[in-house]
Amino acid sequence: MSARRDIFAAVRRSLHVSGDEAPRRAAVAARLAGAPAGIIPQRGQGDLAARIATFKAEAARAAATLAEVASASDAPGEIARYLREGNMPASVRMGADARLKAMPWDETSLDISSGPSDGHDLNAVSRAFAAVAETGTLALVSGPDNPTTLNFLPDNHIVVVFAEDVVGDYESVFARLRTAFGAGAAPRTLNFITGPSRSADIEQTLLFGAHGPRRLHIVLVGAA
Amino acid sequence: MNAIVTTPQFKDNVHEALTDARLQRAMHHAQNFVPRRAAAVERLPEFEALRDSARDIKNHTLAHLDLYLEAYERKVNESGGQVHYARDAAEAREIFLGLCKARGAKAVTKGKSMISEEIGLNAALEANGIAAIETDLGEYIIQLRGEAPSHIIAPAIHVTRDDVEADFRKAHRDLPANRDLTEPEQLLAEARGILRDKFLTADIGVTGANFLIAETGTSVIVTNEGNGDLTQILPKVHVVIASLEKLVPTLNDAAQLLRVLARSATGQDMSVYTTLSTGPRRAGDPDGPEEYHVILLDNGRSSMLGGEFEDMLRCIRCGACMNHCPVYQSVGGHAYGWVYPGPMGAVLTPSLIGVAEGGQLPNASTFCGRCEQVCPMRIPLPKMMRHWREREFERHLSPAPARYGLGVWAFFAERPTLYRFATDLAMRAMTLAGRSKGRFSWLPLAGGWTKYRDLTAPQGATFQSQWRAKSGAVK
Repeated sequence: MSARRDIFAAVRRSLHVSGDEAPRRAAVAARLAGAPAGIIPQRGQGDLAARIATFKAEAARAAATLAEVASASDAPGEIARYLREGNMPASVRMGADARLKAMPWDETSLDISSGPSDGHDLNAVSRAFAAVAETGTLALVSGPDNPTTLNFLPDNHIVVVFAEDVVGDYESVFARLRTAFGAGAAPRTLNFITGPSRSADIEQTLLFGAHGPRRLHIVLVGAA
Repeated sequence: MNAIVTTPQFKDNVHEALTDARLQRAMHHAQNFVPRRAAAVERLPEFEALRDSARDIKNHTLAHLDLYLEAYERKVNESGGQVHYARDAAEAREIFLGLCKARGAKAVTKGKSMISEEIGLNAALEANGIAAIETDLGEYIIQLRGEAPSHIIAPAIHVTRDDVEADFRKAHRDLPANRDLTEPEQLLAEARGILRDKFLTADIGVTGANFLIAETGTSVIVTNEGNGDLTQILPKVHVVIASLEKLVPTLNDAAQLLRVLARSATGQDMSVYTTLSTGPRRAGDPDGPEEYHVILLDNGRSSMLGGEFEDMLRCIRCGACMNHCPVYQSVGGHAYGWVYPGPMGAVLTPSLIGVAEGGQLPNASTFCGRCEQVCPMRIPLPKMMRHWREREFERHLSPAPARYGLGVWAFFAERPTLYRFATDLAMRAMTLAGRSKGRFSWLPLAGGWTKYRDLTAPQGATFQSQWRAKSGAVK
């Protein structure tokens, strides 16, 4: 523990504090409990229809593709179409998410498997915890419902977003997390995903599919 | 010992860089950052207000750093993770090697981390028979070349496509020799295939952190490739190496900083993957690491707090200062001789390795001020470079001709009448001597200037006497 003690002592010496000052402790406790929001860009704000319009436009800017379906029961058909038209194999892997599992997959000829990815799956389907209009960003939460490996190992990542989960900003995602996980707690992994994987490390040339998915396809349910 | 330092040879490094045709060709691509950032800023009316907000958040955090560290540590423990403290680079390496040895680790995958460069982690691992595998494409390329990064977010910016092809042919000997690697896409596909196996078989994954969040005990990484994520979700152990000043109070505070980070760095509104990690795998989780460790590094930061270089601790490593720096654009990152190049490196390097070794870097500035103009955290970089120059001068570390020249100038500057007389005389002499061509291609004591460009001949009187004449006329 001596490194810890030395570092705290060095920090307090430089700041000319003891660490026991009540006003400092109160300021820190207040900020941690209150989590003030700061500056929220107007771009993502508005009613649900406005947020959805912004989300669609921003996701397209980030090079994601997007299709809309009227209801959850139409999602498997759209996913089958997307894979067929892209000449991709008719198989998908997904987690235990109840809303995904409730969809009529047997109405398609898709081969469905369940669980995390070991690197051999070409297509994965996840459900987004939320989607952020401001930058066309998806928020995915780890766990058995939507294993994190599905977000990164497959070539094609298909993400189902329910219209009511489209929020304006990252702060709204955090508010939903505090409701779901409790104040001061967080999921093991929260992935904010904005478009498919890319790199510009060779002469600043933008290339897709660096290590993560080459394609990101969003299926937006219930907004059409 | 930190990573290898060639900063004291800065002048030689610069000379070499300026005459390196390949480097000059490669650095041309670095100019793309400038219009991209400008376009991203243009699209966000709140950008300037967000810069203020970001600055205030970091100032508040630094002023309460001890308390936020306590809160952060408590939350990491609650989520099943472990925090290790390292006073310096050697201690951080020791902790990491200890974790490796206790688990019999043979292969470590790495997300891009400047702190791992700062502590010289790869060399320490290799010396102990552990393979360190860089997974960021740029970092992978420079690891094959045995080089250090030359930019904090585009580590291989000094490398051309031809170089990458040659490096891959040399390193990937198992692949057919006649394969086509002419397109960047083919190079990327080859690296993807090779690194995919490494991700799946590594024993430990190590990443840096863009932010550490006290509210929840969370570490944040930001990437475009997804390499950092594969590094941290596939091996059994995830180790985060981060310095103290990465701390922010809350998730909402991190969101403020994220809004200025990618825009300032690559000109994206948001990087592709922003990942928040809190502790190891939980009950029922089908994937993710079984252990989660954070090594918190001081290495000189605590002594920067409360002093004239404290503002530098706000830095979020976006690289905007170097992207907009005429000096960095001309000489590239390697000339700076250590881990951090450009204006942020010129300020940070002397703080971390000492003014005796790093004191030359703050002289590599024209004081044009563009770095401060674009810094999302509003760090007064030119002012701090001036502070370092003063210290270098006070400690008699600057070269004799510079000290002598400044001494002569100071003698005249303290005697205004003499100063005016001497400069008037010099102006008259130069006007007379330069009247035929209007410029000088050679001047005594100014060879360093005239070797590369002509000096324009003065057009008459000095600025001061013209000013006197002009304000006299107005009155």
